[in-house]
Parts: sequence; structure tokens; C-alpha cells
Amino acid sequence: MNAFAGSIDRPNSYIGRSVSRPNAKRLLEGRGRYVTDLVLPRMLHAAFVRSPYAHGKIVSIDIEEAKALSGVRAVFTGEDLASICAPWTGTLDHFTNMKSPPQVPLPLEKVMWSGQPVVLIVADSRAIAEDAAELVIVDIEELPALADPVEAMSAAAMSQELADNICFATKLDSGGVEEAFDAADTTVEQSFIFGRHTAVTLEPRAIVADYDPSENRLTAHHATQTPYQFQDVYSRHYGIPEANVRVIAPDIGGSFGMKLHVYHEEMAVVGASILLGRPIKYVADRMESFVSDIHARDHRVTGRLALDRDGRITAMDVDDVTAIGAFSSYPRTSAVEGNQVIRLMGAPYDFSSYRANLSVVFQNKVQTSQYRAVGHPIACAVTESLVDAAARELSLDPFEIRERNLIPDSSYPRTSPTGYQFEKLSHQVCLARLKSIMNYDALRAEQAGLRQKGILRGIGIALFVEITNPSPAFYGVGGARISAQDGAILKLTPSGEVHCSISVTEQGQGTETIIGQIVADQLGIDREKVRVMTGDTDTTPHGGATWACRGAGIGGETALQAARKLKANLLAVAGLILQARPGELDIRADWIVEAVTGQQRISLAEVARIAFFRSDTLPPETQAQLSVAHHYAPQGYPFAFTNGAQGCLVEVDAETGFVKILKHWVVEDCGRIINPLLVDEQVRGGVVQGLGAAFFEECLYNEEGQLTNGSLADYLVPMACEMPDIEISHVETPTRDTELGAKGCGEAGTAAASAAAMNAVNDALVGHGAVLTQIPMTPTRILKALGTI
Amino acid sequence: MSGKVEISLAVNGETIEALVAPRTTLADFLRQDIQLTGTHTGCEMGVCGACLVLLDDRPVHACLMFAVQADGCAVETVEGLTLRRAIDDLQKAFHERNALQCGFCTPGMLVSAYGILASGGEPDRDGIRDALSGNYCRCTGYESIVDAIETTVRQRRQHVEEEKA
Ligand code: FES
Ligand code: FES
Repeated sequence: MNAFAGSIDRPNSYIGRSVSRPNAKRLLEGRGRYVTDLVLPRMLHAAFVRSPYAHGKIVSIDIEEAKALSGVRAVFTGEDLASICAPWTGTLDHFTNMKSPPQVPLPLEKVMWSGQPVVLIVADSRAIAEDAAELVIVDIEELPALADPVEAMSAAAMSQELADNICFATKLDSGGVEEAFDAADTTVEQSFIFGRHTAVTLEPRAIVADYDPSENRLTAHHATQTPYQFQDVYSRHYGIPEANVRVIAPDIGGSFGMKLHVYHEEMAVVGASILLGRPIKYVADRMESFVSDIHARDHRVTGRLALDRDGRITAMDVDDVTAIGAFSSYPRTSAVEGNQVIRLMGAPYDFSSYRANLSVVFQNKVQTSQYRAVGHPIACAVTESLVDAAARELSLDPFEIRERNLIPDSSYPRTSPTGYQFEKLSHQVCLARLKSIMNYDALRAEQAGLRQKGILRGIGIALFVEITNPSPAFYGVGGARISAQDGAILKLTPSGEVHCSISVTEQGQGTETIIGQIVADQLGIDREKVRVMTGDTDTTPHGGATWACRGAGIGGETALQAARKLKANLLAVAGLILQARPGELDIRADWIVEAVTGQQRISLAEVARIAFFRSDTLPPETQAQLSVAHHYAPQGYPFAFTNGAQGCLVEVDAETGFVKILKHWVVEDCGRIINPLLVDEQVRGGVVQGLGAAFFEECLYNEEGQLTNGSLADYLVPMACEMPDIEISHVETPTRDTELGAKGCGEAGTAAASAAAMNAVNDALVGHGAVLTQIPMTPTRILKALGTI
Repeated sequence: MSGKVEISLAVNGETIEALVAPRTTLADFLRQDIQLTGTHTGCEMGVCGACLVLLDDRPVHACLMFAVQADGCAVETVEGLTLRRAIDDLQKAFHERNALQCGFCTPGMLVSAYGILASGGEPDRDGIRDALSGNYCRCTGYESIVDAIETTVRQRRQHVEEEKA
């Protein structure tokens, strides 16, 4: 495959070029149109009364005073919405024995986490709705909260529907682990804590739900990355025919996986709009975001490696306990992360004995679920920290131990001991490239020199494997109505331009740009002549949309195949007009040309004009097909795995525990690159989210299950002055499963950044008797590890 | 809720007379009352910088001010800066360098960058990173934003030198 791979210098060859984003100009002028900005006629505003307790029984709710406030149009409690909304349950069938309590928009009997929405107020303005929220009296009998995951595992069930607090448990065992550990020359073991953090999209969650009873039609302007999934959810849970549900996702102010889960607030607002027959807007404020957006991670992991005397890994054994909050999220579930953690462990390395235990546990906190690089940072940090520990034990250089253990680039395809099928990865090339772009030997020399002066520099590296281009094996086989296919419609305009509507969505990563590049490239037209539309279920075909790194790989392939289909149609019409064989023609620079000589024959605009307005001049029976619809679903490998390596250079101040991140390097192989400019910025953004997890970001709770740092002043998000310059280098190993050859890159940055950072800090502290195995690595934790406090 | 208060202010060069509730923030006033939605709110507590606007030519957090406090002042938003072409070069540099992704932080970033450039200094990369410490961006890695501002600083200096020569 990959047959198209033409020269980059051919006219209109846009694949592989750093083209800037046409839609960015709008955003730069303040002309973005986010859901937050939207105002509709007769629109009302929603606010919620939330649970102050992490766990409790609802005794009574008094809404009378709130209802009486001038400007309040309605107040809804659990029963009001449960009566029209079918409950949802966050399980997947292929996770055997997975369970979760059913959920409704607002609780009926119990509150399960602090911040859970309990009462919905609808008023003329958000301010009035908030005033009214203060007048609601919710009497809750507080119950003991299960905040700690390990305690929750053995505690009595907190949901009456379940027998215990285990959402899902599974084991993997490829055999030979005990024997390998018995025979090992060296073993290393570490225990890790990965705190909770959250996406902090700069635009909070937002929805304007607009139900029109006269047509039994719901329009949801929803800040989401997955409009089709929500079309399905609103349709099924509220009993509205799917074709009558329109979800519009215009400009989205960041999502990172956070904006694709079903949230109680959005469901409640949709229900309220149905009950009132008026548009209702809800925009979370930042405090609400902290207590109701999904959180991520929250893992306790122990891991062991067995090695022989040459430093070759012979076995790995891990145990992961992950706490997910009170419910498994819907429809993707909260078990996917743990599952990926145990399956990605050790992925870059060549060994066959692997054993893992996973326990996914309920607790009285807000749900955790899929957020950028689901499971990757955990698997990567555990693996890479253990490999570094082994290197220290064996007095091997971190590069050296990895070189000895990597899966050779020449040995693909192969299957990992955890069951993942790797088509082709490039670890050896990436590691060598990393070493050279870091100028590693010079860094080591500099480090030694500075160490003499008491300056503690640390160099950390980490290799990663990333899951991209997910097939139906991801969700579809588990019974979730989440599409693995995408669809595109290409229409030629009478002036010879092209309109493309496609199911992959844009949240700023540049989806519309790369789709435009691919279409223009394949059609041989100027990219300015391609208009790409995304994010509207009424005007784009159904598809999976953008998540789990599928926009370029699957959406891009859809666009490529659609463009080839349209091109064939255009050449057929042109052939009729020119009395030439279509196979002898081509399109270049908006002209139909002789394929061999490049000689211009007729402009595309002229072909369009004739086909649209003078079809009488075409031969009889001709029906020119100037719009095409095309769907594409991935086949072949269940996932397109990508890989890469990262390096991090830090300076640790042993007095204060502060870490200065001096520089970060990424070598990344996402297959064919469509737009290097966009890929690099995706990777950089991902690295910064990974470094945030490594050093700053943590949702802190007290023992009662109360979030104690739920504001942007208390929860630390990386800022410009704390972040280093990030150098990026690419290796290209296109997947052969598609013509395009592209894989994903959106999570690559996040996947290994915290692992590299952790290894760097531990490298700086070598000789100080301190090893950190908890992130974020705050100054306090560093000083504690050093024994200073 | 107390009664509304009459205010008069210049927004992007136009005089606006309005009745506002005393509790309405300047950010809400701009976004909701006069539909200038280019100014965004990300935290509503003065941390993220998405709501930065110019008040009498100085960057201020529109979420931390009440609209009534802007009575008699000149307010300029990203729309106004665009209209009078005060940030053409910045916008171009941001665009070429892809110094934005979702664009939600971008108006605040541009107002900050305008402030950095207007201060007359010529900050280096570290200086720019420091000066952006009140602007959160969750999508980019900041590097592209620093690059874009650095480019603009350099170009403006060249421009001044050329004019002198
Ligand atoms: S909204 Fe004003 S600083 Fe964040
Ligand atoms: S571009 Fe999304 S927050 Fe900066």
C-alpha cells in the first residue's frame, strides 16, 4: 500500500507540508464561536445545587423558596428527570464481570461524591439561578466516605446494587514468571503512587440544549469532541428518534478526552429542555469543573523486573489498583485505563514472561476516566523507572540497558506478551536518534562537572508505545455504540471548489487543516479551494470523531479515499467533455491535464460549469456525480501502535526541593506525517500536560473525600515560565493498513513525559539515597525523599 | 438584588451607555450585554488570563472588575485591537507559528503580548516566558507562543531601525 507517496514537490502536494491552519485566523480575531458564547431566543440558564458530602442519604429536599424567586422558571430534582430518562450503566461486555451501578441525571436516594449535582435550577439568568440555588435546602444524612482505594477494596459495598466495591478485576499471565524470578541474577521492585489529576480545558464544559416539542426534535449545541456519540445517547435515553437529534459541536476550547463522557449535568439540562420546551444553557464554572469533570489516573502500582547477568529483562510482574470514583463512566467506562496500563507495561522490551493483576475500585469521589494518553503514562513510568533502577543496580548506563533489551526493529510483526499486535515499531532508531539530539555524552560530562560544584542535574529518558487508530475492537465489541468508522462527503461547487464535511472533529489540533490538505492533495487542487466542515450531526456523515488519536489515521484515510472517488468521477466527466479516456487525464493545479505531458486541457471550474448548468451538452444518459459520500473503517491490525523516546534534563535544588526543567526532547514515530507544524505542536502540548502531571497537577482530597484544591489558584497548571523548550525529531514508519499510512500523535507527548521527568529527578538524586516513585514530584515530596523533612 | 446602575464607557472606540447590575463583572458585561465574545473566561478569579482586556491601554482581568468600575474608562478587547490593526503583526506571527490550538486562551495571550510589546522593552525568551506567567494555555506547549512573540519583538525592532536609517 502507501501507493500514492508522490514527491512533495508535485503541484498541490500538501501531504507532509507545514501548512498553517485556515480556521486559526478566526480564533485570533476573537471570532471563535464556542458554545459558551451562544445565545438563543427564549434561552434560560441552569445552575446546580451540589452535594456537600462525599457520601450520604438524601433525607429531604426543600425547593419551595427557590421556586418562588422572581426569574426562576423551574426547579428539578431526581424524580423529575428520572421519569423521562432511561438510566445508563458504564460497563463493556468484553470486560468480563465488569459492573457499575446504574446512573440517572440527578440522584434519587443517595449522593456518592462531594460536588455531585442534586438539584437543577432553571432561571432567566445564571446569576438568578445561582441565587435560587442558595435557597434550596437539601437535608443529607452523612455516611462514612470511602476515599482510599485500598480500603475500598475490602469495605462493604457503597452502592446497594452491588455486592462489593470492585468494578472490574482481571489477570494476565503469559507463564514462566515465577521461574524467571527464581532464576534471575538481579531483581528490582518499586511501588508507585500516581495521583489524580484532571484535564482543565481552558473552556469549561458547556451545553445549550434546545428541544422543540412541535417536531419532537432536540438540538444540542454541545462542547464535545464526539457529537455522534451524544446524538445516540440523547436519542436512546430520552426516547427521541435519532434522526431528530442534532448535536452541534462548534469551536471547542480544549477537550483532551474529558469532553467525550456523559455527565450528569448535560443529561439533566437536556431533560429540563424537554420538560420546558425551551433552550437551556449550562456552562460549568471552574469550581464546578474541578468537582464534576472526570479526573484521571489514581493508581497504586507495584512492579518487579527480573534480569539476567547481562542486564537482559527476563520477566515482569505488576499489580495495579486504580480507583475510579463512585460510578464507571459512560459509555466508555472507567476500566479502559487500567486495562491499558497492564497491557502497555514493558511494551518496548523483548521478554516473554509477564504477569499482571488489575483491580478497578469504586470510591466516593468523582469519576475517573479517559483523559489524554489513557493508561500510557502509568505503564511508561512504571516500566521506565524499573529499567532505570535495574541499570543503577547493574551499573549500566540508561541507554545501554535499553539498547540491550529493546525489541529489534527488524523483528516485526510481533505480538506482545500482553496480547497487543505490533505491525512495525522503530525503538532502536528512536533511541539512537534521542541520544544524538540530546548530545547525551556531552550532557553527562557537564553533569559530572556541575556535580563537583554541588549542582544536581539529572538526565532521564523513557521509551513509549502509543495506541492509535482504534478499530471496533476498542469499544464496539464491548457493546458500546461508538463508531470506529468515519464518513466524508465531498461536493464540487459550480465554481470548481470543494466542500468537505467529515465526521472527525476539531478541537484545535488542526483536523480541518489536515483533512483539507489531504483532499486538495488527492484532487490536485489548491488547498484554499477546499472548505472543511466538522462537528454537526445534521450536515456531516456519522463517524467516530476525534479521540484516541484517530483523526489523522482514520479520518485522514476517509478523506483520502473520498477524494479519490470524487477525482475518478471528475475525470470521467472531463473525459466525456474532452473525448479522452479518463485514465489519460489527471487534475493538477485546478486544471484537467494530460496525465503524461501535464498539458492543460480544461479547467476544473469549466468542467463543473458544464456539468451543473449545461448538462444538455453532455452525451445522453450521462449523470455526472459531483458529490460523493464515502465511509471508511479500519481493517487489518486492531490498533496502529506508534512509538518514540523522550529525554528530560532537570536541575534539582536539594535545599528547597524545587526542580527546574531545563530541556525536553522527543523522538516520535507517528507514521506518515501530514503536517509537521501541527504534529510538533501537538507533541509539545502533550509533553506539557505530562510534565504538569510530573511536577504540579494533583487533585488533593482529605479523608472525608473533600477535594481541597478545586480552583485554578490552588491546582497548579504548568505555566510558560516553568516549561522548557522542547526539541522534537521524527522517524516515519507508515502503517501499511492504509493508503495514507498515518498513525496518531496526540498522546505521544503525554505518554512518556512524566516517566522521563521522574527518571531525571532520580538521576539527579543518585547518591543522595532518595528515589521518588510518586507523581507529582512536589518540593515537599522531594524533600521527604531526601529525608530533609 | 439591588437596582441597576447607569454607566458610560468607550468600548473599542464606541461610546456605550448601559444599565448594569452592580454585581456584573466587566467580563460578563462585555460577553453578554454587548456580545463581544472574543474575551473569554476560564477561571473567573484572575488566574488564567483568558479574560484580559485593555483598560485605558493597560491589560486588566475583566473577570476581576465590575462593569460599574469601568464607568468613564476606555476598554479595548481583542475585537477592537483587531479592528484598529494594532496587533496585525502578532496575529500573523501566531498564525504562522501555529501558536494556538483551541484558541480559547488566545485573546488573553494577544492582549498580554500587546502589553509586553507596548512596554517598549525587548524581552528575551525567558523574559517573555516570565511575562506570560498570568496566561494559562492548556493546548500548546507555550513554546510556539514564545516564538511568535519573540519574532514580533524582533520584527518591530528591525522596523524601528529601518525607519531610523
Ligand atoms: S477568567 Fe479572568 S483570569 Fe481567568
Ligand atoms: S490554545 Fe487552547 S488553551 Fe491555549
